[in-house]
Amino acid sequence: MASMNDPPAPRTSILNNPLWRGLFWQILTLAVLVWLALQAFDNAVVNMRARNIPTDFAFWNRPAGFDVNQTLIPFSSSTSTYGQAFYVGLLNTLLVAAIGIVFATIIGFTVGIARLSSNWIVARLATVYVEVVRNTPLLLQLLFWYNAVLKSLPGPRESLALPGSIYLNNRGLVLPEPVFGAGIEWALGAVALALLLAVVFAIWAQGEQRRTGARYHALPVAIGLLLVLGGGAWLANGSPLSFQAPVLRGFNFAGGVKVIPELVALVLGLSLYTASFIAEVVRAGVTAVPTGQTEAAQALGLRRGDTLRLVVVPQALRIIIPPLTNQYLNLLKNSSLAVFIGYPDLIQIFAGTVLNQTGAAVQVVSITMAVYLAISLVTSLAMNLYARRISLRER
Amino acid sequence: MATASNFRPRQVTNANAIEMIGVHKWFDQFHVLKDINLTVRAGEKIVICGPSGSGKSTLIRCINRLEAHQRGRIVVDGVELVEDVKRIDAVRRDVGMVFQQFNLFPHLTVLENCSLAPVWVNRLPKAEADAIAMHYLERVRIPEQANKYPLQLSGGQQQRVAIARALCMSPKIMLFDEPTSALDPEMVKEVLDTMMQLAKDGMTMICVTHEMNFAREVADKIVFMDRGEIVEANTPERFFSNPAQERTRLFLAQVLR
Amino acid sequence: MSVPDLRSSPFEPSPDLPPPLMMRGTWGWMRENLFSSWLSAVLTVGSVLLLAWILPDLIRYLFIDAIWSASDGEPCRAPGAGACWAYVNAKLTFFTYGAYPRDQLWRVNSVMASGAVLAVWLLWPAAKGKAIAAVLFFAVFPIVAFGLLTGRTPFPTSLLPSPGSEIDIGVVAPALMIAALAILFIFMRRVWLGGVLLFLVVWFLAAAHWNFLGLTIVDTDKWGGIFVSLLVASVGIVFSLPCGVLLALGRRSRMPIIRFLSIVLIEIVRGVPLITVLFMANTMLPLFVPDAWSPDRLLRPLIGVALFSSVYMAEVVRGGLEAVPRGQYEAAMAVGLNWRRMMMLVALPQALTAVIPGIVNSFIALFKDTTLVAIVGIFDFLRAVDTQRLDPAWAGPSISATGYIFAAAFYFVFCFAMSRYSQMMERRHAAGRKR
Repeated sequence: MASMNDPPAPRTSILNNPLWRGLFWQILTLAVLVWLALQAFDNAVVNMRARNIPTDFAFWNRPAGFDVNQTLIPFSSSTSTYGQAFYVGLLNTLLVAAIGIVFATIIGFTVGIARLSSNWIVARLATVYVEVVRNTPLLLQLLFWYNAVLKSLPGPRESLALPGSIYLNNRGLVLPEPVFGAGIEWALGAVALALLLAVVFAIWAQGEQRRTGARYHALPVAIGLLLVLGGGAWLANGSPLSFQAPVLRGFNFAGGVKVIPELVALVLGLSLYTASFIAEVVRAGVTAVPTGQTEAAQALGLRRGDTLRLVVVPQALRIIIPPLTNQYLNLLKNSSLAVFIGYPDLIQIFAGTVLNQTGAAVQVVSITMAVYLAISLVTSLAMNLYARRISLRER
Repeated sequence: MATASNFRPRQVTNANAIEMIGVHKWFDQFHVLKDINLTVRAGEKIVICGPSGSGKSTLIRCINRLEAHQRGRIVVDGVELVEDVKRIDAVRRDVGMVFQQFNLFPHLTVLENCSLAPVWVNRLPKAEADAIAMHYLERVRIPEQANKYPLQLSGGQQQRVAIARALCMSPKIMLFDEPTSALDPEMVKEVLDTMMQLAKDGMTMICVTHEMNFAREVADKIVFMDRGEIVEANTPERFFSNPAQERTRLFLAQVLR
Repeated sequence: MSVPDLRSSPFEPSPDLPPPLMMRGTWGWMRENLFSSWLSAVLTVGSVLLLAWILPDLIRYLFIDAIWSASDGEPCRAPGAGACWAYVNAKLTFFTYGAYPRDQLWRVNSVMASGAVLAVWLLWPAAKGKAIAAVLFFAVFPIVAFGLLTGRTPFPTSLLPSPGSEIDIGVVAPALMIAALAILFIFMRRVWLGGVLLFLVVWFLAAAHWNFLGLTIVDTDKWGGIFVSLLVASVGIVFSLPCGVLLALGRRSRMPIIRFLSIVLIEIVRGVPLITVLFMANTMLPLFVPDAWSPDRLLRPLIGVALFSSVYMAEVVRGGLEAVPRGQYEAAMAVGLNWRRMMMLVALPQALTAVIPGIVNSFIALFKDTTLVAIVGIFDFLRAVDTQRLDPAWAGPSISATGYIFAAAFYFVFCFAMSRYSQMMERRHAAGRKR
């Protein structure tokens, strides 16, 4: 309790109080930014009016007037709008990203594990692959695949024939087209049933192990079910799925699924490039698990497969998954390089053709950035939640 | 069904628990174990000591095949260690090991750490494995930590969990690789007490350690190694009071103060 | 056979024996590394077959059948011809300098050489006087480089007196007086004030008399090739380091508005592809500034690249700041350093040294990303290579591949060398910390 004889508290100047100083800097920064933003906005309006650039979103519903050589939804130059062109581009971007992610993951995990192999040649080959691909620009690799490899392939009449009636030529990739016959529903239903039974068996086996300790191998059972049930129903219905091989007629192929060379080059380049980064992520994750963990598991008598499954992989995955998600996002962002080889993705159609035709730069670029931003932020958020849930609990 | 018989550690069936005859090991060009001849009888407690780099850890790691020897024979309870997966698995089931760095599985709870091997190697039902785990956690006196994660425990508690984890497999022989070297001084005692109790209960033990008091109290035989060879093996009384070799005398002078 | 436990005779250390034959020499190495198991043996055989299938053809294409000198594309079109290195040779000047006037190349060369010297000075671990090097590299070099490369005076022209052919006393005299004042400040220990003032005065004087050098103006639309790639990457790094540090500090700031703004900027730029940032800089930037200030076509992507790399650099620096132990900050505060001094004297030096590998990795990524400026029409190295392959005089089946292989080799050597440097620095730093 302050008595009468205590000296009064020193009078501190407002200038030295850290609270006020902080407030001052923040208000100053905010004021400068707001002023700059207003200036920019002013200039933008003046400039846009002077150059006849549209300032609204009316262009969205105007007819597009151009064609696209790969559309996953119906699109025609006469009736479709710029808005529909946006969706075409978006779907193409998601398509190439999805296919790229699948291939990149498979190749990346394989190469990453190869780098850890005790076989010297395999480890060195994997290292050469990773170093070469990582140290050259992605654009260079894309241009190489597109211009130097795919464009120099012979025409459809002398296509490169790959096993399985797949043909590669300078007009793209031609795959056999799946043809569904009668009875396909029964066959597919049988396959679905086989899968369901396999899952049920796996759950039951897990319960049985808890109860009695006996181990059942779910994987061979699943394969067996698929073969017997699925395969049996398949044959019984007269093999309702057949593949119509593309047939060379005249100058090009008739029938079959045609994949444009731009997509082939983009998937090739993106997958191989991202795979090298994924390989590094996988390698770092596996080496981060201390060797003592494997030794302890072996000392307890666990076999190699169980050691990997129960001890090494859970710990490695915790370390791998965050940077792996980052690489997936990088692949999505890198797919924007499609504009250099003419693949009709979101950037090429929307921020390219539509922007050139309508001149609505601010709107188009903002929408494009917003799309990528939304996907990135949602994925990062989900990743953070997941990482927090599975993180190792410490003191 | 969890019965009392599950909790008794199994006994070594042969008279000699471990026989190492003329064992040599090389790491690349480096000769790390030179002509090791060592016999451990059933129920014996051996302490191995020596300067760092003498090959003590390598020796005991050869017993459960974490390292492979290139010359000589190692026989563990009648099973010879050769490059044969079945035999190695059989030996590892019978031999338990405790590491200097504990090596607990951080993504599993303490209880799951202990019940992992009984479930997946001995194919016990989960309830039985959990009962065994709790029994040994009580033996090492930390049953209340069963549902915690290893990183939430102190060093001494973690090492005791490691001992319990090894005991859950009912091993015939226990190997200890410098179990207290990574612990803060105040936690060394609780781990040594646990090991002493284990010794009193009749376990065949081989222990690499610098704890000379523990060696004095528990060991039947002390083995001194230097630069890959066994220099001297003696009873504790004779080892500490009147070592037979000059090299041993030098080492003891440095270690005992 | 039981062995006596007590040695009756004194102990003699045994000699080291060589390992058994199976382990020794090449055969032992091969057993261990190539044939240690069935799977390993199969992989070894498969890999050797694969290499035997690819390598001879590759070597033949690149070296044996390659055309090393020719005056046009005729020999390269011959059937069975390999890579056309003659084409690379013929186009090398264009690949390096773009359309820069051939008699003025000394300007580009001197800028690149001095930049290289300064960079090595800064990065060489044992070199002294890093502070001088930093001032030269970050402040002096950009100005001089701009002036030399464009030929224009490196100063806002509206603030300068009109260039004449003689020294104007009315301009020089006051400038020299201010310079004297600046030197006085330095002597009076006000080093910062004096230093900055002196720098500004010298800059002003040099800029006002730039036309004395008689350099022909070379506008940015003639620039191209390796020199532009290096320029864009260097500008990116030069700007991204200070901006990245500021952003990183802002992100860690305790003032909520500053932290919020930093996070928003970082997350937005990190979440979008570089191409969209370049588009934004190219199409939207001219709209946001008054017509008179319209930035030239090279400046726009440079701003985009600088912004993009600043944000990634901010994340790298943030990692470094977080790696500085909390005790350092506490010790600095306990000694009485204010926030600015604490950051500049204690935290940042440690943070930046810790993240030199991260900074070098950023530079490698940035150098690869410079290829994207081609989208806004800048003739970087890759675009130069890509456009020249359509030259009708050299057209042929091997031209595209040859050009790309040459470009890939260049990028690979450069990036690989930088990544080795970064790994070396990482090892040194870790070694310094190990006890």
